[in-house]
Amino acid sequence: MRFLRLYLRNPAALIGLVLLFLVLFLAGSADLLFPGDPLSLAGRPLSWPLSNPRFPLGTDSSGRDIAAQIFHGARISLLIGVAATLIAILVGTVIGAVAGFYGGWTDDLLMRITEAFQTVPSFLLLLVLVAVFGSNLLTVTLAIGVVSWPAPARLTRAEFLSLRNREFVQACRTLGLRDSAIIFREILPNAMPPLIVYASVVMATAILMESALAFLSLSDPNVASWGNLIGQGRGVLRTQWYVSAIPGAAILLTVLAVSLVGQGLNDALNPRLKSR
Amino acid sequence: MTVLALALRRLAASVPTLLIILAGLFLLLQLAPGDTVDALVAQMGGGDAAMIAQLRQFYGLDASVPVQLGRYLWRLVQLDLGYSAIYAKPVLDVILERLPATLLLMVSALSFAFTAGLVLGVLAARRVNHWPDTMISTLGLVFYATPSFWFGLMGIVLFSIHLAWLPSGGFETIGSGLTGLARVLDIARFLVLPTMTLALGFLAVYLRIMRASMLEVLSLDFVRTARSKGLAETAIVVRHVLRNALLPMVTLVGLQAGTMLGGSVVVESVFALPGLGRLAYESVVQRDLNTLLGIVFISAVLVIVINFIVDLTYARLDPRIGAGR
Repeated sequence: MRFLRLYLRNPAALIGLVLLFLVLFLAGSADLLFPGDPLSLAGRPLSWPLSNPRFPLGTDSSGRDIAAQIFHGARISLLIGVAATLIAILVGTVIGAVAGFYGGWTDDLLMRITEAFQTVPSFLLLLVLVAVFGSNLLTVTLAIGVVSWPAPARLTRAEFLSLRNREFVQACRTLGLRDSAIIFREILPNAMPPLIVYASVVMATAILMESALAFLSLSDPNVASWGNLIGQGRGVLRTQWYVSAIPGAAILLTVLAVSLVGQGLNDALNPRLKSR
Repeated sequence: MTVLALALRRLAASVPTLLIILAGLFLLLQLAPGDTVDALVAQMGGGDAAMIAQLRQFYGLDASVPVQLGRYLWRLVQLDLGYSAIYAKPVLDVILERLPATLLLMVSALSFAFTAGLVLGVLAARRVNHWPDTMISTLGLVFYATPSFWFGLMGIVLFSIHLAWLPSGGFETIGSGLTGLARVLDIARFLVLPTMTLALGFLAVYLRIMRASMLEVLSLDFVRTARSKGLAETAIVVRHVLRNALLPMVTLVGLQAGTMLGGSVVVESVFALPGLGRLAYESVVQRDLNTLLGIVFISAVLVIVINFIVDLTYARLDPRIGAGR
């Protein structure tokens, strides 16, 4: 309760929460308000927003309803964002926990691999993965998760290094607990708060990466993704710039919402730092 | 000299990392459907089985995977990145042709993001929790959340199409025959929008880190000493706080070198710049895996070199790092 009060006292965090609910509403109501395929022909191409009451946000160059694509696109962005973040946090936590807990050559080996992943520019690695495994919703999500795990792994490792010799861990050892129980049931819950906050950064980056990939038409072409729409709007940028402008604003607000909520969580979890 | 030795040791430690990267990528590309020969044959519009087998032998694709990996690593040691069947040139030549544009873009974007982030961060920290701080921090959050390619497109709409101040794409005026200073100015005009586009997200991160780091240093004892000596606030910030507060910023430049290279893929595609990033995108589309692998290798080397420079800078800023050894 105290946590909730602390969180809600922060105006920026509150704005983030409202924006996030707005995006969730878009995603949740897509099928109700815009039933049917958002990528199907709806009316005359390139009608400006507000010029036709049937299409409040206008239509794109193939005559598809932009509003429908925005609503359905919210689902794709959130789906990819959440799934890729879960993958990245899961892989990162396990690798970081094992490296930090055992130390020695296990740590050396795992950190070398982490370093290798961090040395290759992640967007280039994403391109390679998409080139090799193709671009549909599943592979793109997995690929974004695969390029995003090193930072959470380092964070988890640092937490484990500072926690592994604490008294409560030594007590667990004396009690004869198995390593896996000590790692996941005893240390991990203590290392969770910074990871939860960092998850918001991973999710924001994941959403931005997917939209960039879709913009380059290297993401799944058969779903209504905001990035796809921006890429298609590029051809008519000179005159009908709204086709690219509207989905871009949607991405901006979504990423803003995720970062604001993350920052709000951080401030509420570390109240002492709040005055900064 | 100890500083250099330290940095060189870090450089040597990155060799195994590079090996892991190369082996991993090579094995990954074995999983890709279709190889260079498939792409070539498709481009030629088909060919008979005997010729395809001959081509595979010519490119060394008939050997087993470990043998191919061994050959690949050995060639890399000799700085031979292989042959691009699509561009009909050695991969190294193709990459070197494209490298200057990317380096230029990266250096200008980095300078802009670093300077602007530094100034804005200092301004925000000086007026912490007042309206300038709130405004700058909000701006930072919005910049961070803006997809760079979208910002670039909107920049084209405003500055190239409506105002007609800046060119919408390309690297320089084609066929202008400009030389010397005139050519430099011409290229600079073309690079304004791409630089801003690439710098945007980094500017947001730098200003946030600079603000936090300034606040941290401002609360230390030696700042209170400087104040009690009666130094002016500007002198304290410029002479005493700034140098110490810069350390996390410099670290960040090294950490984000790779992110910036990745970002240039998108920015170069938006502005049709003939750089490494666009080459990477084109080789994905054309399935030119030799070139793609070469680009990743060169990018990794670039990231390692940048971190080497960062290590040296870091020791210059904080003499304790070199002296401690």
